[in-house]
Amino acid sequence: MSLDGAGVAPPRTATFVVWRLLGLMLTLLVTSFLVFASLYVVPGSPIDFLIQGRSPSPATIAAIKKQYGLDQPFLVQYVHWLAGVLHGNFGRSLEYRENVSTLIASRLPTTFSLVLLSAVIILVVGLGAGILGALRAGRSSDKAVLVVVTFFAAIPSFAAAIVLISFFSVRLGLFPTFGAGQGPVDRLYHLTLPAIALSLTFIALVARITRSSMLDVLSREHVEVALSRGLARRTVVRRHVLRNAGGPILTISGLLVAGLLVSSAVVETAFGLDGIGSLLVASVDKLDFPVVQALVLLVVAAFVIINFVVDLAYPLIDPRVKAGDAAR
Amino acid sequence: MSVAIETPRVGRLGAVRDFGGSWLFWTCVTILIGFVLIALFAPVLAPYDPNATDLSNALSGPSLQHLLGTDESGRDTLSRVMFGARTSLVGPLFVVVLSTVFGIVVGLLAGWRGGWVDLVLSRVLDILFAFPGLLLAILVVALFGKGMTAPVVAMSVAYLPFVARLTRSLVVQGKTQPYVAAYRVQGFGPTYTATRRLLPNVSSTVLAQSTLNFGYALLDLAALSFLGLGVQPPTPDWGAMVEQGRGAVLSGQPMSAIAPAVAIVVVVVAFNVVGEEIGDRIARRER
Repeated sequence: MSLDGAGVAPPRTATFVVWRLLGLMLTLLVTSFLVFASLYVVPGSPIDFLIQGRSPSPATIAAIKKQYGLDQPFLVQYVHWLAGVLHGNFGRSLEYRENVSTLIASRLPTTFSLVLLSAVIILVVGLGAGILGALRAGRSSDKAVLVVVTFFAAIPSFAAAIVLISFFSVRLGLFPTFGAGQGPVDRLYHLTLPAIALSLTFIALVARITRSSMLDVLSREHVEVALSRGLARRTVVRRHVLRNAGGPILTISGLLVAGLLVSSAVVETAFGLDGIGSLLVASVDKLDFPVVQALVLLVVAAFVIINFVVDLAYPLIDPRVKAGDAAR
Repeated sequence: MSVAIETPRVGRLGAVRDFGGSWLFWTCVTILIGFVLIALFAPVLAPYDPNATDLSNALSGPSLQHLLGTDESGRDTLSRVMFGARTSLVGPLFVVVLSTVFGIVVGLLAGWRGGWVDLVLSRVLDILFAFPGLLLAILVVALFGKGMTAPVVAMSVAYLPFVARLTRSLVVQGKTQPYVAAYRVQGFGPTYTATRRLLPNVSSTVLAQSTLNFGYALLDLAALSFLGLGVQPPTPDWGAMVEQGRGAVLSGQPMSAIAPAVAIVVVVVAFNVVGEEIGDRIARRER
């Protein structure tokens, strides 16, 4: 690893990276085991799901068992499955009769565009509201922001979806009620309302954290010093406050992305979008376990990997913090 | 010989007793009590049977007969919202009680014992943290079937780490306080000191967190019902009602979907305001 070379970083950093990496792998390993074992916790055996109510001959059952490796001991099956997962092979969907990875890959663009668009809205509006609130702390505009944000935090995405569809699509006829659209412009048009519905709760989260961490920094001495040196308030806010206030926002980004991925299940269902979220819901409904397992694993992996990257990136925005202090 | 020990007084009720001025807080408390009463007395208060269909009167707008209109099967929306308060409030209540009780046990054990117990428990909590509540609930529904029980248990597990981490950090801080050492020196056992003397002092902060959790649990359970994985029709439930009202929304009669949605938002806002004010009060007093 390049971080421990040339004596640039103290050994503590290297130890920290190794520990975090081990923790990450442990979490993923435990998750993968839970996700795999979950199939065996269910009342009824996996073979019942595979034959789904039909009553084939014992020979067919044996063939199916062999095809899915169910004739082998549990741990062998797990290791086999895990090896497949590491090669991007999540097995075959029982419902769609195609490879789970192909299926997910075909659904991923919709969810990815939706989450990306939401993330942009969340960052722009959330940061903006948080900064406004902090700079005008205690005044009526700050209170207005706080009230609106508290209200946003309580709006479930599906309720927002219904209200948006009811008003903008049905009443005003401005936006489509269904589907993800073709081509970049049409897609943006189709995904605008879903992205807004997805964003509301998270805007509240980002705005609150931005506000409180900015207020914290604003009251520090270095800000006063910078202002007393005659620097413009705008410059001080940008260079001395925002940069220092960025940490807590970065810290929650893993939570944010995982939350967006899960909530997109609700929004995609509400707007009839064919992303991985609606795929997850449909697969749970159809008991299509290979797909459920793959998607749960993907979301958890996204969460822990982003958290890991954030922990490593923390010292870059705040050089006083050496990797290792950030997480504690 | 026993010596009277000055234990910092942060009683469970003490946190609530000295709320003075905030009209917003009391408004929210009133709203919540109102919803609880509606849930308890739904059979008396509701003008109609929540499941009585009347197809000749389907999708009617608000009128004197049906204050909030009717849904696609002609069922009275107001009555369904009133009965829906039952499932919609009981689910989160179970989640909060279960996650608080077990979260406190885990947090107290980790914080008080320290060492490898703490190490193992904290590691398990870290792993649980990686599962967003809704995701865990969806997985558990896939395993154990739709309905109320599986999601409530899953959500309790998902909310447990928030309570456990908070309890753990408060116990780790509180453990070093002189009064704890004083009890130990006098020969009080560790279990007694931890559960009867230390725990009451951290419990109000934990309960403030649990109040906030109620709102989030309500949102998650409603989302699950909206997805068709939670409370099953025809049982009235706010999340499921929003889902069933989607068709009505498209045909221009959105009331049967919007009324339960508004109920969710109002209850969650009220819980958040109450939870945060309790938390603020405690934080201010302890400073």
